[in-house]
Amino acid sequence: MNTQDLEKKFQDRIDAGEKIEPKDWMPEKYRKTHIRQISQHAHSEIVGMLPEGNWISRAPSLRRKVALLAKVQDEGGHGLYLYSAAETLGISRDELFNQLHTGKAKYSSIFNYPALTWADIGAIGWLVDGAAIINQVMLTRTSFGPYARAMVRICKEESFHQRQGYEILLTLCNGTEVQKAMAQDALNRWWWPSLMMFGPRDEESPNTAQSVKWKIKRKTNDELRQQFVDNTIPQAEILGITVPDPDLKWNEERGHYDFGAIDWSEFWNVVKGNGPCNKERLAARNAAWDNGAWVREAALAHSEKQAKREELKQAI
Amino acid sequence: MANQGLPIWEVFIRSKNGLEHRHVGSLHAADAEMALENARDVYTRREEGVSLWVVESKHITASNPEHQGELFEPAQDKVYRHPTFYKLPDELEHM
Ligand SMILES: [Fe+2]
Ligand SMILES: [Fe+2]
Repeated sequence: MNTQDLEKKFQDRIDAGEKIEPKDWMPEKYRKTHIRQISQHAHSEIVGMLPEGNWISRAPSLRRKVALLAKVQDEGGHGLYLYSAAETLGISRDELFNQLHTGKAKYSSIFNYPALTWADIGAIGWLVDGAAIINQVMLTRTSFGPYARAMVRICKEESFHQRQGYEILLTLCNGTEVQKAMAQDALNRWWWPSLMMFGPRDEESPNTAQSVKWKIKRKTNDELRQQFVDNTIPQAEILGITVPDPDLKWNEERGHYDFGAIDWSEFWNVVKGNGPCNKERLAARNAAWDNGAWVREAALAHSEKQAKREELKQAI
Repeated sequence: MANQGLPIWEVFIRSKNGLEHRHVGSLHAADAEMALENARDVYTRREEGVSLWVVESKHITASNPEHQGELFEPAQDKVYRHPTFYKLPDELEHM
């Protein structure tokens, strides 16, 4: 079969709702897009551990500490599921890490913002995990089997992340004036970057059409963003704090909230590496990798020694 | 040091006794012992299982999707292997 026929057959399978598995024939662009998207997603999970990890030792109670520890550990697990899914497409873990550590690969820009107060840990769980959940629920139905399966596993774990974050803010909002102000301040700083998590506006994202056709994405960036706003505003009302957007209002006719214009220059600036924490995050990942080298070396040396010992035993 | 040194392992979990082990994903580990420990941390943080298998991926032989036709299509026209192929009277119960 020539490439054109193969591509037609491939599209027919996608249209029929079939999943694509790693060893199946696929267009080179489908493979490349997936390697890029899944590895960016994996990097985001791993780098996403940093802003929150910073607060584990300073959590205000044991209850909060075990929850945050479990959440950050989950994010590490999410990264590992996703790296495995990317590897099924023929790229090595080594190469994936290398792309992250050299700054060649991107990860979600939201993690280039600092977690300044304890309320930020609440806001991250509520808004950042909330936004991630909307994207990830969509991806459980994505066309590439290993990615979809990783997403199902991840979605099961995410719900607690968002709930623990919201509970932190609820407690602060029911506390003293100072505590409530802290919650409001966190919302003020995290709101717009959270909306940016869904990526550029539809008219600015030329790859969306192909991604929808291949069922990598099942909804556009703007659709997902709208869904997030509609979900989140009533939740803010329960907390008694408000999003920093004077243009936000319910649109009866559309059945959705209207919201103000996003400052995309800020988004692109952070993507290009000039966010408040880009350099710090990359340095932390590189340090973790380099400082862990002796552990990996020791583990391998140990396994080789064990294998030799086993061989010797059998020879006798 | 290169991670190439740490081989890939496939992980299988028995979710509870009475059920089979099912493939859940993969991970990197230096040896079987480390693979088991990593599998526990990565795949069973919420009581997902009562038993783990790990096997180094290189030991798995997989069928080639290009041979899917010759391998599996011959079963398609063997409808007589299914109970519904046999026409029996409606009044016949429990068969
Ligand atoms: Fe996650
Ligand atoms: Fe999460």
